[in-house]
Amino acid sequence: MKFTLDWLKQHLDTDASIDVIAEKLTDVGLEIESVTDRAAALRDIRVAYIEEAGQHPDADRLKLCRVNTGDKIIQVVCGAPNARTGIKVALAQPGAIIPIDGSKLKPGKIRGVESQGMMCSTRELCLGEDHDGIIELPEDAEIGAQVATVLGADDPIIEIGLTPNRPDCTGVRGIARDLAAAGLGALKADPRQEAVAGSFDSPVGVTISADIAKNGAAPAFYGRYIRGVKNGESPAWLKARLEAIGLRPISTLVDITNLVTHDLARPLHVFDADKMSGDINVRYATNGEKLAALDNREYELSDSMVVIADQAKALGIGGIIGGEETGCVEDTVNVFVECALFDPISVAKTGRKLQINSDARYRFERGVDPQSIVWGMEVATRLITELCGGEVSHVVKAGEVPAPRNSFDLRIDRIRELGGVEVDADQAIAILKSLGFEVSGSAPVITAVAPTWRPDVIGEADLVEEVLRIVGYDKIPTVPLERETSLPVPALSPFQKRVGLTRRTLASRGMFETVTWSFTDSRWAKLFADLKPGLFLANPISSDLDVMRPNVLINLIAAVGRNQSRGFADLALFEAGPEFFGDQPGDQRLVAAGLRSGSTTPRSWTGSRRDIDLFDVKADAEALLEALGTAAANVQVNADGAPSWYHPGRSAALQLGPKNILGYFGELHPKVLKALGVKGRVVAFELFVENVPMPKKKGTGRPLLNASSFQSVERDFAFLLDADVQSEAIVKAARNVDRNLISDVTIFDLYAGKGIEDGKKSIAFSITLQPTKATLTEEEIDGVCKKVVAAVEKATGGSLRA
Amino acid sequence: MENIEALREEVLAEIEKAADLQALEDVRISALGKKGRITGLMKNLGQMDPDQRREFGQTLNTVKDQVAEAIETRKSGLEDAALNARLVGERIDVTLPSRMDETAGRIHPISQTMDEIISIFGEMGFALAEGPDVEDDFHNFTALNIPPEHPAREMQDTFYLPEQEDGSRLVLRTHTSPVQIRTMQSKTPPIRIIAPGRTYRSDSDMTHTPMFHQVEGLVIDKKTHMGHLKGCLLEFVKTYFELDEVPVRYRPSFFPFTEPSAEMDIGCSRKGGELKIGEGDDWLEILGCGMVHPRVLAACGLDPNEYQGFAFGMGIERIAMLKYGIPDLRTFFDTDLRWLKHYGFVPLDVPNMVRG
Repeated sequence: MKFTLDWLKQHLDTDASIDVIAEKLTDVGLEIESVTDRAAALRDIRVAYIEEAGQHPDADRLKLCRVNTGDKIIQVVCGAPNARTGIKVALAQPGAIIPIDGSKLKPGKIRGVESQGMMCSTRELCLGEDHDGIIELPEDAEIGAQVATVLGADDPIIEIGLTPNRPDCTGVRGIARDLAAAGLGALKADPRQEAVAGSFDSPVGVTISADIAKNGAAPAFYGRYIRGVKNGESPAWLKARLEAIGLRPISTLVDITNLVTHDLARPLHVFDADKMSGDINVRYATNGEKLAALDNREYELSDSMVVIADQAKALGIGGIIGGEETGCVEDTVNVFVECALFDPISVAKTGRKLQINSDARYRFERGVDPQSIVWGMEVATRLITELCGGEVSHVVKAGEVPAPRNSFDLRIDRIRELGGVEVDADQAIAILKSLGFEVSGSAPVITAVAPTWRPDVIGEADLVEEVLRIVGYDKIPTVPLERETSLPVPALSPFQKRVGLTRRTLASRGMFETVTWSFTDSRWAKLFADLKPGLFLANPISSDLDVMRPNVLINLIAAVGRNQSRGFADLALFEAGPEFFGDQPGDQRLVAAGLRSGSTTPRSWTGSRRDIDLFDVKADAEALLEALGTAAANVQVNADGAPSWYHPGRSAALQLGPKNILGYFGELHPKVLKALGVKGRVVAFELFVENVPMPKKKGTGRPLLNASSFQSVERDFAFLLDADVQSEAIVKAARNVDRNLISDVTIFDLYAGKGIEDGKKSIAFSITLQPTKATLTEEEIDGVCKKVVAAVEKATGGSLRA
Repeated sequence: MENIEALREEVLAEIEKAADLQALEDVRISALGKKGRITGLMKNLGQMDPDQRREFGQTLNTVKDQVAEAIETRKSGLEDAALNARLVGERIDVTLPSRMDETAGRIHPISQTMDEIISIFGEMGFALAEGPDVEDDFHNFTALNIPPEHPAREMQDTFYLPEQEDGSRLVLRTHTSPVQIRTMQSKTPPIRIIAPGRTYRSDSDMTHTPMFHQVEGLVIDKKTHMGHLKGCLLEFVKTYFELDEVPVRYRPSFFPFTEPSAEMDIGCSRKGGELKIGEGDDWLEILGCGMVHPRVLAACGLDPNEYQGFAFGMGIERIAMLKYGIPDLRTFFDTDLRWLKHYGFVPLDVPNMVRG
């Protein structure tokens, strides 16, 4: 919402400076977005007089002017078609700043002739769009005076950010009222609102269709016929006012409607009555009905949209925009003024569907003061007859003007209880009255009737806010929030604590945490899940972010591709975030997913660099499980359990029993990588954090450490095995020989190749024997070793290597 | 006796001359070994009369001890020399780069900032609350006093899921405020929660991303008022920005779910294009807040005449950008390894109010 200081002062009697006004606007909740001091921008532009406009010696289209600046005569070369002898112009002399581009004017030569200044167009001064010629100033403008003053463009422009609850402040008068309530002056009376007597009956009648009257989409419509008007260019003050807030003056009749819209938050429309066919009917559009609107676009309407129609066709879309055909033009003589009420929701729906953002819609969808239908018509009538003349009819009316009396009790104590600041009843009453409330009663409970222009006030809490914002939020004392316990209780639940632990465990293993979109590209996602239609976005921001991600890995894999193309191939990335398996709220699970690609480290003289393989991510997953309290040794590695996006021979599921899948790890399937634009091998893991069991035991105690005081013994074995034997079979077989005595089985060597026949491999492992009652004898050790050999041979079909 | 003295001199000289440990060992054997010279004299003691034996024995023992000590001294000297020689030979180039096998990764600034927020509000007795990313209309809008077709719904560009059989449409939550609703529906006051999480709006440009993070705060009891709101948020901004004092300003504003509503600005300076928080005469909007709207309380089954309290919400990326000087919102989600290394946090840097 934009206005100028002078405009504001038309409604507000105040001596306050622009700075004080700006600060107060923010304090009462009308946040200042900008204050533009136009006089400063135009400081160097002065009134000058063209003594003589002659021909440039070397250019047909250029003129050579002798210009009187008030203290001297200078020579200016000018290309404007309207530059001529005897007009007053806006002159910039060398050193002046030109508003449109902020450049400093230098003296120069144009086609060999010296030019000592520049005569400016409206556009060059940022006062409008006109660039067809230079500005012609009024004949009585004083030579040497500030152009800004002469044009009435010297008062500051104020722009406020308006919250959607304040329709009253979509007009300058509403803003003035708030400032007056806040003690910054007095709200002036508006004599334009008094009724104008009509002298004849309007030849145009008005009806509202029964369905609309019934559902309230357009509660009332007032119309007035004015005959014999003279349209044309608006007076300078009106044009200046509109141009200051960025509106293009069109013609006096149109400019008046724009003025009243921004001045009083009262949208109007003026039809050229001679282009109408019969009476006005406010009705729903028919499906497919078309309207060419004033914004030079044609709209196709539907039967939920309210139109203002005559007996032949729609003339305008109610509360949004008028039609082009019946719009006022230069030679319009007889007009029909519309001042109507429309339902905010209906206007909002129609506006959204047609994607029309008009000043009328902006106001109607926030809620126009219903009473303004009465006085708005009078203000419009006065302005039209004053500026365009004409003879005024009686007002024709249809519908009922709603007269809301939203009355609420305010317990004065509630101001302190909710607001935390003591405001006495007299002050609260005075504030409410100055905002237009009718107040009755006295402390402890008063009753306030909200003014018709404040549809946002719907209860006691709103009255508290009205009082507080005018008193000033700065008057509320700052009070520390009381502690409920002397030491705070833990903010995190045990599960929430795990999520943080997950992140920090993975990061401490050298992985980089990422945060990627919750949505992804369905062309990728379909490689990871059967996509439920309910998880597609109805309005995606782009086609490559069109579905809720069914798997956290998808965007991580894509991130590998992006980093590869930036030249970074050695990656260790993870994300702990949601993936979506169903289309209802809560159908999501928390997944910690990580991937690694490239090499373990940068190239190093130590020779420790090697290619990443799946055992790196297996280690990540196991470390995470351990951190979350599940011993990796208790987790089954199911080599056939990984889903299709993994390499079928190089992946596994991590399970606790047949049903509880904790996660997966392995090499990603080359087809998936190719589809997502990734080169080389990538290994990854996924862990479903919610599936990792929470400790069953209550309390903080840990199981007792059982450290044997007897020396442990290690023995090594090497077996020749079929290549497809899983090492886990060896570990299990050896361990099960005597689970009390054999505390550990470790694979420490794997070999296939020269010296080993094809289809075979050699695996070496060690067992650790930990006695608890007495040191082991050689015989005992030998006995266990023999059993281990036998057990492993039986389990694997392999043989001990000599 | 002269013989003993001569032998002492002779052996000590030999010890002194021994060039290495082996030569020294040879001397030890020739003097103190089974057949050694001093050992030989000891054997003679038995043939002496008692007086002579005592005198001679004492002298011989002294000599034996002196020789043994001299051997030990020489031995440790030779060992030191040998060790020193070895160490000199073992010299390596210590300016070679370190091993890089064990480098730590980084925590994303969003996670770190969330942890900081949790630690500060946790200290004030707030508990962490969470809710789903996909929400229904009731929790995201209606219960928050945003009825259908209310212009406030246009303040937020909502992502919708497809229409369901009953004609309703689920949304991606446009704010973390639905967690307020879920909490008030399931818990009896007093309530103090903070709810950080992912939020979504259909907007993408220099300063907007379709997904971002917010944190919602909620206090509900029978006595908390706007003064407490100011106190709570002042403590937060001072602690979060690690400043002793921060100028703050509260402006009346509008949110459908609070009444009265306010926006909080913090003092800053923008001199020379550099943003400094906590000083200067300019203001920076940081969060929205207010007293929970009576209609919201009622929608959650709480009696607005009995319970009251405040709520606030802020953007996590925004305050992370402000605190850590991260210039561009979009880079948070770009997964650029260089960015993650540069702006990320080492994992052991766990935010904690006590350790600071």
